[in-house]
Amino acid sequence: MKKQVLALAISALAVGGAFAQANDTLAKIKASGVITEGVRESSGLSYTLGNGQYTGFHYDVCANIIKDLEKTLGKKLETKYQPVTSQNRVPLVQNGTVDLECGSTTNNATRAKDVSFAVTTYVEEVRIAVKANSGITGIKDLAGKTIATTTGTTSVQTLRKNERATGLDFKELYGKDHSDSFLLLESGRADAFVMDGSILASNIAKSKSPADYKLVGEVLSVEPIAIMIRKDDPAFKKAVDDSIKAQIKNGDLAKLWDKWFIQAIPPANVKIGLPLSEATKAAWATPNDKPMEDYAKK
Amino acid sequence: MGSNWDWQVFMQDPGGKYPTYWEWMLSAWGWTVSVSLLALIVALVLGSLVGIIRTLPDSPWLTRLGNAWVELFRNIPLLVQIFLWYHVIPALIPVMKDVPSFVLVVLALGFFTSARIAEQVRSGIQALPKGQRYAGMAVGFTTFQYYRYVILPMAYRIIIPPLTSETMNIFKNSSVAFAVSVSELTMFFIQSSEETSRPIEMFLGVTALYVVSAFTINRIMAFIEKRTRVPGFIVSASGGGGH
Repeated sequence: MKKQVLALAISALAVGGAFAQANDTLAKIKASGVITEGVRESSGLSYTLGNGQYTGFHYDVCANIIKDLEKTLGKKLETKYQPVTSQNRVPLVQNGTVDLECGSTTNNATRAKDVSFAVTTYVEEVRIAVKANSGITGIKDLAGKTIATTTGTTSVQTLRKNERATGLDFKELYGKDHSDSFLLLESGRADAFVMDGSILASNIAKSKSPADYKLVGEVLSVEPIAIMIRKDDPAFKKAVDDSIKAQIKNGDLAKLWDKWFIQAIPPANVKIGLPLSEATKAAWATPNDKPMEDYAKK
Repeated sequence: MGSNWDWQVFMQDPGGKYPTYWEWMLSAWGWTVSVSLLALIVALVLGSLVGIIRTLPDSPWLTRLGNAWVELFRNIPLLVQIFLWYHVIPALIPVMKDVPSFVLVVLALGFFTSARIAEQVRSGIQALPKGQRYAGMAVGFTTFQYYRYVILPMAYRIIIPPLTSETMNIFKNSSVAFAVSVSELTMFFIQSSEETSRPIEMFLGVTALYVVSAFTINRIMAFIEKRTRVPGFIVSASGGGGH
């Protein structure tokens, strides 16, 4: 525990140092010839295959962005991969360790105070997974039932707000990670698992009998997921945004969607089977960097 | 760096049962303290029993049972034990599914710690010169009586320092309870830092409460150590105090 406090204290110091640094990422990567990409060990859009190899939807989007940056700068760039966690990703982008964070970070107003986001590449919808034979069709059917969700995710908060708003009473169970939460549903300890749609879909796809589960009911919350960059660096933001817009226009992004959410993906060769959602389509049609709070207003 | 702190975050509304984050944190502290204290009671009672039966004369089967208990609970990692209690045992015995996870954690943490306390109790008893046991027998005490009046009062005094460490450990080990859905401090930290994007402030708040809990236990144990001191016996040399 003490070591973690120390590590946090050091990263806190590093955050302080960030403000002293000149905010010109393009000049920095041009001078050094190196760009550092933030990746995740195990998230829906970016994960490791072991041996320092990373992959995923956002990983591929960033590979395209880096190619475009190389064209803009007229220089070959070396890409360094820096694994980040949900606790340290914001400080690491702030202090200059990571130039381009390609994990799965929700663009929200709190984070926008510290960092900046590229245009939204993926819109996540929080859904409900239940056993197919449970007869549950929506959030109303969950009154008095037990709901599993994962500690350390925004779904916990979504569920809580829903409980307050609707006056329904749920019993919540918190898994320590997604597979743990899914086990709660599988073993019957929980009647439903509330989580990001893509995570539910991939857990169902990987389960022993995928036909036993289904996604039901209304979308509980909508979260724009975007690539994270340093704040107050308009030139770099424009370069990244332009690359993403170009990828939307020439159909690369749609191809990547097909590759990651329709076709079989490594390492287990399972199909997630998540068709392009209306919300993501809308975000691609009019590229924007609106935070989560703007989505909730609708 | 001061400009980066945002302690107001504790005043924000998490949008649920608790009106502010600090009130939620205090409730989480309550869970941590409840898990720890109940597990401590389980551990002290079981640990003493098991420790004592391992030193009983002429009862090889009881001794073996005690040894098995200690080796079983000491050799399986705590987090694995928690999962055994939560996921495996209910799959074998369906009735266990209805037992709240809070109770399971208290049992798991209590049993785990009881193995360690049993080892300390045994070493405390065996640290006494054999003559004390024989003296007890010689004045006609039964086994129960010479344990109660001669051996245990001295043995417990010897093991107060390691016992203090163990009681502080139980507070720190209670953090595993988050894995089975008990909303204690570690879970509060993981959840609130995600929601507020202020992990450093949340971590420092939670750390302070862990320190306060463990240090309070430390002071209580130091007080007991001082009050029960026997002049001329081992502990008098150290004059009490912290460990």
